[in-house]
Amino acid sequence: MSLRVENLTVYYQTLKGDVRALERATFSIADGEIMGLAGESGCGKTTLGHSLVRLAPPMRFVEGRVTLDGEELPIWDTERMNDFRFKKISIIPQYAMNAMNPTRKIGRMAAELLRSRRVDFRAKLPELRSRLDLVNLSHDVLNMYPIELSGGMKQRMVMVLSTLLNPSLLIADEITSALDVSSQKAVAEMLVAFRDQGCCKSVMVITHDISILYQIADTILIMYAGQLAEKAATATIIHSPRHPYTRLLISSLPKVGVKQSERRLTGIPGSPPLLLDPPIGCRFRERCPVAFDRCTEVPPFTEIDRDHFVACWKAFEEHARA
Amino acid sequence: MSRYFGRKLLVYSLTFFLAVTIDWMIPRFMPGDPVQTMLSRGMLHAEGLEVMYGYYTKAFGLDVPVWKQYLNFWNALFHGDFGTSVYLFPQPVIKVIMRAVPYDILLLLPAILLSWFAGNKFGALAARSRWLDNTVSPLGYILTATPYMWLGILLSWVFAIVLDIFPIAGAYSFAMTPHLSWAFVGSVLKHWFLPFVSLFLVKFGGWAIGMRNMIIYELEADYSHYLEALGAPRRLVRKYAFRNAILPQITGLSLDLGVIVAGALVTEVVFSYPGIGYLILQAIQNQDYFLIQGCFLFIIMGVLLANFAIDIAYVIVDPRTRLGMVGEGA
Repeated sequence: MSLRVENLTVYYQTLKGDVRALERATFSIADGEIMGLAGESGCGKTTLGHSLVRLAPPMRFVEGRVTLDGEELPIWDTERMNDFRFKKISIIPQYAMNAMNPTRKIGRMAAELLRSRRVDFRAKLPELRSRLDLVNLSHDVLNMYPIELSGGMKQRMVMVLSTLLNPSLLIADEITSALDVSSQKAVAEMLVAFRDQGCCKSVMVITHDISILYQIADTILIMYAGQLAEKAATATIIHSPRHPYTRLLISSLPKVGVKQSERRLTGIPGSPPLLLDPPIGCRFRERCPVAFDRCTEVPPFTEIDRDHFVACWKAFEEHARA
Repeated sequence: MSRYFGRKLLVYSLTFFLAVTIDWMIPRFMPGDPVQTMLSRGMLHAEGLEVMYGYYTKAFGLDVPVWKQYLNFWNALFHGDFGTSVYLFPQPVIKVIMRAVPYDILLLLPAILLSWFAGNKFGALAARSRWLDNTVSPLGYILTATPYMWLGILLSWVFAIVLDIFPIAGAYSFAMTPHLSWAFVGSVLKHWFLPFVSLFLVKFGGWAIGMRNMIIYELEADYSHYLEALGAPRRLVRKYAFRNAILPQITGLSLDLGVIVAGALVTEVVFSYPGIGYLILQAIQNQDYFLIQGCFLFIIMGVLLANFAIDIAYVIVDPRTRLGMVGEGA
């Protein structure tokens, strides 16, 4: 078991009070697993990803335990986490376009970064070069400034930098969002290649684009309003989801072969709750077509089939009947 | 590269031409007549006055039409002739200015450079320490908002009148003539101290505030967060932030250095310090066309040279500007 997260709760401190962005998340990622983390904007997926790497104000650690390869991560301690960052757990940030210092040549920046982590840059150089080949970047980029690269090139460069020390877990935050469709596919495939070549053991892909996950992810974790809704193998999530939110989410995706002029795209009626004062119980309750009395209690995130986790009272009932 | 500098050079030449033209026009728009002012100091009877007036008007070249005066001015300028001072007749303007310039450099160069270094240092430190931020920043805001002459007057009142440690006016003791001796150098330093401190303090405040804000901005930039996410030690993150935060400060420094020969006008007036600033005031009060022109010409050249120097420096320190040299419209 590569990553294990138990009861992780992270709030945002604001003047109006705590925003409950992540509530009692419990899940795990296996070695070699590419897990997609999906949900709409503001559902807490980025909060989850970032809290594992750099939990800094306004984020506030409330409770929970995170273990990576059997070692507990001190995610509440920004200083102590430094030993794990980059080496054990790394991130490709959402802002990859601006992630590199504009006034340093990329190679020099990489050297300074590695040296600051007590890694011999010269020894790593052949590895770095072969990784550049892997993402189709010329070795010359090391002698360039970030402004000399295109958006897609910067994205790939940051991918190489972030994974240079072969972390156990790589968090890829919205890495395809800023790219056009053809680059999206290329970058997504490179991520799989990175995993296959052992540049990183497991990957957490944060995105709101389920179609990308369908192509590369082994499992998908769906979040809604700060709570985990469902986690299962990709095919299961796409073809036989159990949580009502997942069902509505999947059914609202456009389908191949259907002319949208004949059949309008449907969405999920209503909008997500504000997390400053979220509803008690299941947070999807108000928009859920099958909600009933029991939903005022928080449904536990339970394994109903092998590797299929759901947090929904209705799904539990259906499962018990089946 | 050569195209970039060629274009820059063209812009600077054009600016120089326009600025010098305005410089020539401004004193001539002033009401009054410089020759009359000069002659009124001597007690002459009407007849003699008329003769003298005719002679001096011709001597200064003010008897020809204005457009011809303008052409003559450019012609003389290209021959390195700045004209003759009316107020200090018959000394040439260039000699008067050259006598004042060392005092300006002596006063402003240390004030500008030291305040820049100290301001950047303290500003950067203030950005990372709450204790310093609560002391240096408010002090910086107060200092930078202080008018030079007010601080100058305050300092000279406290240190020259109440405590009587420093002299109140001049560049050296009125009892001395400039010569090389320890006594004279000591006197110069003693006279230099108060104007220097007043300039240093005001400038220091501005630099410290600017640096503090820039560092905070850079530490919140994406590249800083990325370094932190990869576990880079605080030292490296700060180093990068400082390097990028210093860029606007370099621009500010060059602009400050550009006015080095006249950047302390009010301070020099308060302390009667014989630099160009003090000279400008005297020249204006005496309607000395040529001296005013000469002083402003020095300022114009200083500003343009400093700007040109910063254009070159930027190409070296900031790779982003290099893009403009090869890109469209370079």
